[in-house]
Amino acid sequence: MGVGSEVSKVRDVPQGRGIGARLARKEDERFLHGRGRYIADLRFANLREVAFVRSPVAHARLTRVHVPEHLRASVFLASDLSDVSPIRAVSPLPGFFPTEQPPLVVDRIRQVGELVAMCVADTRAEAEDIAAQVRLDYEELPAVVDMLEAQQPGAAQVHDGMANNVYVRVAFEGDMADIAANAPVRVRRQVRTSRQVMSPIECRGFVAEWDTRTSQLVLHGATQFPHVVRNGLARVLGIPELQIRVISPDVGGGFGYKAILGAEEVCLSWLAMRCGHPVRWLEDRREQLVANANCREHAYDMTAYADAEGRLLGFEAECAVDTGAYSAYPFTSAIEASQVSAILPGPYHIPAYRCSTAAIATNKCPNLPYRGVARPGCCFAMEVMIDAVARTVGRTPEAVRYANLVRPEQMPYDNASDKHFDSGDYPALLRMALEAIDVEAVRARQAAGEPDGRRIGIGMAIFSEQTAHGMTADGTRRTLYEQAFARITPDGRLEVRVGIQTIGQGLETTLAQVACSYLGIDPDRVQVKLGDTELSPYSSGAWGSRGMVWVGGAVAAACDDLASRVMAIGAALLQTTPDQVTLAEGRVASAAGSVSLEDIARAYYLAPADLPPDIDHHGLEVTSGHAPACLTGIHTGSAHACVVAVDPQTGQVEILDYVVSEDAGVVVNPMVVDGQIIGGTAQGIGTALFEEMPFSPEGQPLATTLADYLLPGSAEVPNVRVLHMETPSPYTSFGQKGVGEGGAIGPGGAIANAVNDALAPLGVEMLKLPMTPRRIVEALAAARRGDAR
Amino acid sequence: MKPAVFDYARPGTLVEAARLLADTGAGAKAMAGSQSLGPMMNLRLARPGRVVDLTAIPALRAVTRRADALVIGACVTHADIEDGRVEDVTAGLLPHVAGRIAYRAVRNRGTLGGSLAHADPAADWLTALSLVGAVAELRSPRGGREVAVSELMVASFTTVLEPDEIIAAIRVPVAGAGARWGWTKLSSKVGEFAHGLAGVFADPGRGTFRAAIGALDTAPIVIDDAAPLFGGPFGERLDQRLDEAALDRRLDERDVVDDYVRAMARVALARAAAQASARQASAGEGERA
Ligand SMILES: Cc1cc2nc3c(=O)[nH]c(=O)nc-3n(C[C@H](O)[C@H](O)[C@H](O)COP(=O)(O)OP(=O)(O)OC[C@H]3O[C@@H](n4cnc5c(N)ncnc54)[C@H](O)[C@@H]3O)c2cc1C
Repeated sequence: MGVGSEVSKVRDVPQGRGIGARLARKEDERFLHGRGRYIADLRFANLREVAFVRSPVAHARLTRVHVPEHLRASVFLASDLSDVSPIRAVSPLPGFFPTEQPPLVVDRIRQVGELVAMCVADTRAEAEDIAAQVRLDYEELPAVVDMLEAQQPGAAQVHDGMANNVYVRVAFEGDMADIAANAPVRVRRQVRTSRQVMSPIECRGFVAEWDTRTSQLVLHGATQFPHVVRNGLARVLGIPELQIRVISPDVGGGFGYKAILGAEEVCLSWLAMRCGHPVRWLEDRREQLVANANCREHAYDMTAYADAEGRLLGFEAECAVDTGAYSAYPFTSAIEASQVSAILPGPYHIPAYRCSTAAIATNKCPNLPYRGVARPGCCFAMEVMIDAVARTVGRTPEAVRYANLVRPEQMPYDNASDKHFDSGDYPALLRMALEAIDVEAVRARQAAGEPDGRRIGIGMAIFSEQTAHGMTADGTRRTLYEQAFARITPDGRLEVRVGIQTIGQGLETTLAQVACSYLGIDPDRVQVKLGDTELSPYSSGAWGSRGMVWVGGAVAAACDDLASRVMAIGAALLQTTPDQVTLAEGRVASAAGSVSLEDIARAYYLAPADLPPDIDHHGLEVTSGHAPACLTGIHTGSAHACVVAVDPQTGQVEILDYVVSEDAGVVVNPMVVDGQIIGGTAQGIGTALFEEMPFSPEGQPLATTLADYLLPGSAEVPNVRVLHMETPSPYTSFGQKGVGEGGAIGPGGAIANAVNDALAPLGVEMLKLPMTPRRIVEALAAARRGDAR
Repeated sequence: MKPAVFDYARPGTLVEAARLLADTGAGAKAMAGSQSLGPMMNLRLARPGRVVDLTAIPALRAVTRRADALVIGACVTHADIEDGRVEDVTAGLLPHVAGRIAYRAVRNRGTLGGSLAHADPAADWLTALSLVGAVAELRSPRGGREVAVSELMVASFTTVLEPDEIIAAIRVPVAGAGARWGWTKLSSKVGEFAHGLAGVFADPGRGTFRAAIGALDTAPIVIDDAAPLFGGPFGERLDQRLDEAALDRRLDERDVVDDYVRAMARVALARAAAQASARQASAGEGERA
């Protein structure tokens, strides 16, 4: 390893308000009073609104766009944007087929909802009126809709020259021949997850304006990574980064959907540079559902080889990810597929592993990385397999898991896909969750039967979540350091600026808690500023459960540096040397007395005569960087266990109990971590039971409103019980691990296993998510008819 | 998702509303709670040239008690019924149904008349009001007429209403002593439209025993005399007497071919029947508070 800054000492925490404190979130003051400021709340003089003409078909050659003459000045086409480069997100993986996405369709339509023209008016309604008058001529082409058919010879092609519609194939080539021939137990399953739509309450939205004073394009918008948006924009617009400022106001949910550079903001930025007034596009729910926010959708064909006790001897899989029409910036069309191959082994010791995953181009929206990216699909696939193995060998699912989990004494452990598990106790995590759910009591209840005819099932899933990784799939470094700027203000408070954006994870509070622990300053006296490229050090942003590991580490490093400056000045004021003083609870103390941070700041800024002239010229502000000492990821462990009741007549699934145990290392704020886990679990329940974007054979998305695209609501999400275990990571500043995505990973597997546990006596095994009432009823009917699976 | 341009009128009388709606050249459309029309306009699936808002007409919000029926104005909301602001004459069925429609915000605005006129096959009121034998009182510039709610809908999103005809009120018969009912709505999650919907209503005082099945992708099946379906008069353990072959014939008549929809219809009806059998008979008219 050897990269990264030294692990520094955590200082005394005043009144338990630093790392580890269950502090109420500072940002909730404005959020809970409805005073957050989101993109649609910002007011601009002379603002005009944009609506887009979008493709009505999935695959076509666009031959002509008819714009009524009197509207010509309000409508912009690809030919107008000819100086804008297409969005290119190219993976360095070998064999990757690079594609280009022009911000407006030039001549080839590849998905429903693709942008064809940009219409501008005083109001959005008028802009939509204009859009309705633009007519398109096109010749339809056969649409590529199913990822497995797409690979067949003779399938239509989404991108000319791309063989079998494969963007890239990512493989681990273990030698399986011996094991396949000799393993006593062989279990094969084909499982699928559906296409989902990330559904933050706030859709995407941007306001672009040209600032004539600074000669800058200023793009305001909900994004998880303002600096990365700036990188991408500069590239496609062909202007220096100095001429772009990206400001993200409050973000009403991100989940990965706001970690892209969309064609809409490119078009808007181009327009703002020319039109002399600010322009705004606010995505509506239909655009979000139909044209943009797609994610997930995997297919797995897996075979597990095991001994008679269910101990895994080998595992092989042929997988596919329906990646959609384009490669999204910056994570590329390779990310999901490469994660499938890398994450599938899960927390298990697998002696031989072979897996090949293809990223398949289809005429659907690009598949974007959603909370957990490929991990929820992988966890579902692997955990369903483990249960299938358990049923085959006649052991309990927990017994087979205990037999296969990486054990604590094996840590650190390098797994079958070269992931380095740094620390933790997976069997203990599973035991913790199962004890809380009381497996014995549930099994007794199950055996007794329910008076209402429903069937009880118990399910579990366990995973090792790769968090805060600093490398891309091909092993090149993605991020060198994350940086934080910290400054003591003249009145003795602390200002922290970071380039990441908070999207609801509570960073305004938790980073202040880190500062508190390193500088001894109360979090109330700390302000964390985020989301503006002009005001913060560079950051690759909020993704991959990396905030606390990378940015928390950077804040720790900056505060640590600042602490020595503060101590030097404090020592001078106390007329002693820095080695004679300590810093605790916001005061620098010597044997003779102490001075506060305010005293120090006042002396430095406002009463310099009190200090010797040769005091450190770096002053009371620093920018410092941090990277964890392991770049393949800091592995967080988690187990989910649940009890469901399935109504075999209606297919309805009720979650009776749900427990999550999680080892996120040293937890900065348990309440915030609970919130992350519960929210993620709610989304995972959506994956398991509700969310699905179906497509017609022509590639039309069919869930066009939230009446069709069902999200779990408060009535469908049980009280999730969260249990913590803290195994400090040896590779991070104070032992922290990533946790933002974890909750979303486990539910698919845990709930599927619970449903299958409930329905196994009826001969049903659900292998496709979501397990809707209709799917369950149909599977039961098929089992009754004796259909082959 | 913004509606196309339209004119908006909010008349205060039925006569004025009828006049505004009759001007067909304007492409006029009535609006009540806007919980169905609003989304359709926002999606530009509906593009009325003129919206005639019915909610300021006092007559449409009035509730009148007659000896044998309660006349409920068409603009009375789901929440009015749920909360008991409207007297219940159905032994508790209608408040029960109302509270299971959509979400509270929708119930605060959505109206009986709007729901019936919209004729979503999965909607609750068409089935529930058909079940209790309610009658819709219609009004147009040509005068008034009455149509049984069970006759209102002819197909998915299609009713017998003329373009300029509005539902003025719904007349709900007063249930007699000993009325018992069962109501089952199956949906994927709380507040969503049904994918299985059925009710059973037995009113010995009036000598009726009815059943209704909705959520069939077409008009509900309304059975005036449910005795043949259950192999005899209303009684205990009704669900176990459900004649599945008879039900299948009813579903065949409606061309319900989807096995899942058929299965849900069967389950919903059986459960409604079981509920009705198990329910305590309602108190007589005079004893109700
Ligand atoms: C999220 C959501 C969930 C829902 N879930 C359910 C559910 O579970 N069950 C259910 O039954 N419904 C559900 N609904 C629909 C809801 O009940 C609506 O209130 C109802 O369908 C329409 O009533 P409205 O008063 O809003 O009518 P509007 O939307 O105003 O009008 C609907 C149609 O009826 C016509 N109309 C309105 N009033 C009259 C009248 N008096 N005479 C003639 N024509 C008239 C209009 O011209 C229009 O064509 C849901 C709606 C939403 C938004």
